[in-house]
Amino acid sequence: MPSFQRAAKEALANTQQRRNLAHATATIRAKRAAVVGEVDRWEELRVAGADAKDEALHHLPHYLEQLETNLTARGATVHWARDADEANRIVLDIVRAKEAQEVVKVKSMATQEIELNERLEEAGIHAWETDLAELIVQLGHDRPSHILVPAIHRNRAEIREIFRREMGSVGRPAPEDLTDEPARLAEAARLHLREKFLRARVAVSGANFAIADTGTLVVVESEGNGRMCLTLPETLISVVGIEKVLPSFEDLGTMLQLLPRSSTGERMNPYTSMWTGVHDGDGPQEVHVVLLDNGRSHVLADELGRQALRCIRCSACLNVCPVYERAGGHAYGSVYPGPIGAILNPQLRGTGSEVDKSLPYASSLCGACFEACPVRIDIPTLLVHLRTQVVDEASGRSPEATSMRAAAWMFGDHRRLEAAQRAATLGGRLLGGRTLRSVPGLGAWTQARDVPTPPRETFRQWWARRRQDDPGGAPGPVRQQDGTSTTTPEEET
Amino acid sequence: MSAREEILSRLRTATRDVTTPAGSRGEIPRIATVGDSPGATLELFAENVADYRATVQRCSPADVGGVVAAALARAAAHTVLVPTGLDPAWVSSLRDSGIRVLADEGEDGGPLRADELDGIDAVVTAARVGIATTGTIVLDHEPDQGRRALTLVPDQHVCVVRADQVVHDVPDAVALLDPSRPLTWISGPSATSDIELDRVEGVHGPRTLDVVLVEP
Ligand code: SF4
Repeated sequence: MPSFQRAAKEALANTQQRRNLAHATATIRAKRAAVVGEVDRWEELRVAGADAKDEALHHLPHYLEQLETNLTARGATVHWARDADEANRIVLDIVRAKEAQEVVKVKSMATQEIELNERLEEAGIHAWETDLAELIVQLGHDRPSHILVPAIHRNRAEIREIFRREMGSVGRPAPEDLTDEPARLAEAARLHLREKFLRARVAVSGANFAIADTGTLVVVESEGNGRMCLTLPETLISVVGIEKVLPSFEDLGTMLQLLPRSSTGERMNPYTSMWTGVHDGDGPQEVHVVLLDNGRSHVLADELGRQALRCIRCSACLNVCPVYERAGGHAYGSVYPGPIGAILNPQLRGTGSEVDKSLPYASSLCGACFEACPVRIDIPTLLVHLRTQVVDEASGRSPEATSMRAAAWMFGDHRRLEAAQRAATLGGRLLGGRTLRSVPGLGAWTQARDVPTPPRETFRQWWARRRQDDPGGAPGPVRQQDGTSTTTPEEET
Repeated sequence: MSAREEILSRLRTATRDVTTPAGSRGEIPRIATVGDSPGATLELFAENVADYRATVQRCSPADVGGVVAAALARAAAHTVLVPTGLDPAWVSSLRDSGIRVLADEGEDGGPLRADELDGIDAVVTAARVGIATTGTIVLDHEPDQGRRALTLVPDQHVCVVRADQVVHDVPDAVALLDPSRPLTWISGPSATSDIELDRVEGVHGPRTLDVVLVEP
């Protein structure tokens, strides 16, 4: 995976995707703002949500053991998995023991994170994604690009093509006369998947919440594919990140107000399913829960960084992020895109790879993500925290570190800044109206950003000139001093 | 070391800095809005259910059977499933209306298989709780609602909610529910916005949801 900046540069050239994303994020943003506005005590809810998650995270061993006890008492089997390999092996063993050739899946980021589908396919077991967007992604041999609407980068014409081309090879083909109307496309998915739901014997899900004091698992969804998977098959396997635990059933009163409003911008999502172990005569009679660590204990060890584990995957931070809106989800190189991905991935995976090193820089630090986050994760502060780590690890030799140092040096003294701005406006006069594609000395910094042509005169120059024209109206002229030349690195988008 | 022991020990190490005991956040705050009156709560409930493109009909206890039958007729349902604990008065007025009424009992005497459910047009159930601020009905799958699959596979769900079951906000509902029951929260019919964010009703769950609100 290339660095975020390089991947984003390519994504920026994809105008179709940029248009889809801009439309989608703007639409969800507006819906979210409207329904959040209906709740008078939103800020109190956010605090309560953060507190509930912190309570669980700070005492995670306690609550996980409690969860295990309650699940087991209600007839579920609990497994623990240190990493992706172990989790995949556990799931595979259960599926094999049931002699199933296929599983139906509810959209789950934890199983994407461990690449369960790939592992099942290698073992000759088909894993069918049943969320409409996940189906589009799977049939399109593609990767999800958004937490909530994974196929946000595809438009209806593309989806029709994918259905026409691919459905037949894995089950019921798309109708001959399929148009690109959303209702017709949804109908095609309904018919295609129903035959799979009705015959599947094993389902795999994640969980939005796992309640410690009752052993209840909660899945929030819209289409009913979740309900199909959670109730029709004989065996249900839920892969649950250990950070999904909530101390008490009562906490759902808070969380079920925060999540749907932040996520889809609805007062409540169409369906929420809750089950506590095995329910006699209703739903799967064999229930497994795989508790997954896979780097989470490492994140928990960082006192500042652990708040990232509060994340309830609502995707509100993606929809308000100016960087995500333009670059799209794929550039983040992970199932967790956007601002949360920029902090979670390097923490879960370490900063060894190009993409993880670059992710803390995939932000303008505008703060919109923090404002939107229903559990008050301070993403901007964490980004800076992680940048420091990356820079330290690279002993200051990475291009970002160099440009950051140059920027710090320049902003450190107003004379240097003025000199730099003068040099830049001079450059602007020479360049005319053209856009700057790269700036010498700031190569990596400007690789993925088109720096706007600097104005002919800086604000400070204009102010100084005005002062000269009208000595009574403004402070004294700015001192002139020559400095090294570079441009202002503040103009990132 | 087992995976369980190793994960727990990693987590203990990771939280060594935490000095407070579990539960020290104190009582869980109940952050909810309160309705001006029971009437206002019902109004809001009806409004929000309808906002999800479900149909809301308000009626008196005596009229439930007729209103349900009319809802089934509107969707041209020929067969309807009724859970064992459904009010017998409602069931008999459905029978009188001429629709084919089926119980959750398959050819082999056990509950209906999924493919048998697939052939049925509609289901009628009661509910446990209604939530006004969100327009949600909650089922706890007691005998008057049937097991979870019944309200999932048929294409129409007619759900009867009594006015005294409607609470104002989400935490009020959570407080009333029994977590040891399977629970299904339903807000409008099945829907997707996955294609260019155009909302389409009806993907895998029932495409038609009728809520009948019974007022004394
Ligand atoms: S970080 Fe916050 S806003 Fe972003 S997905 Fe997670 S919970 Fe939602």
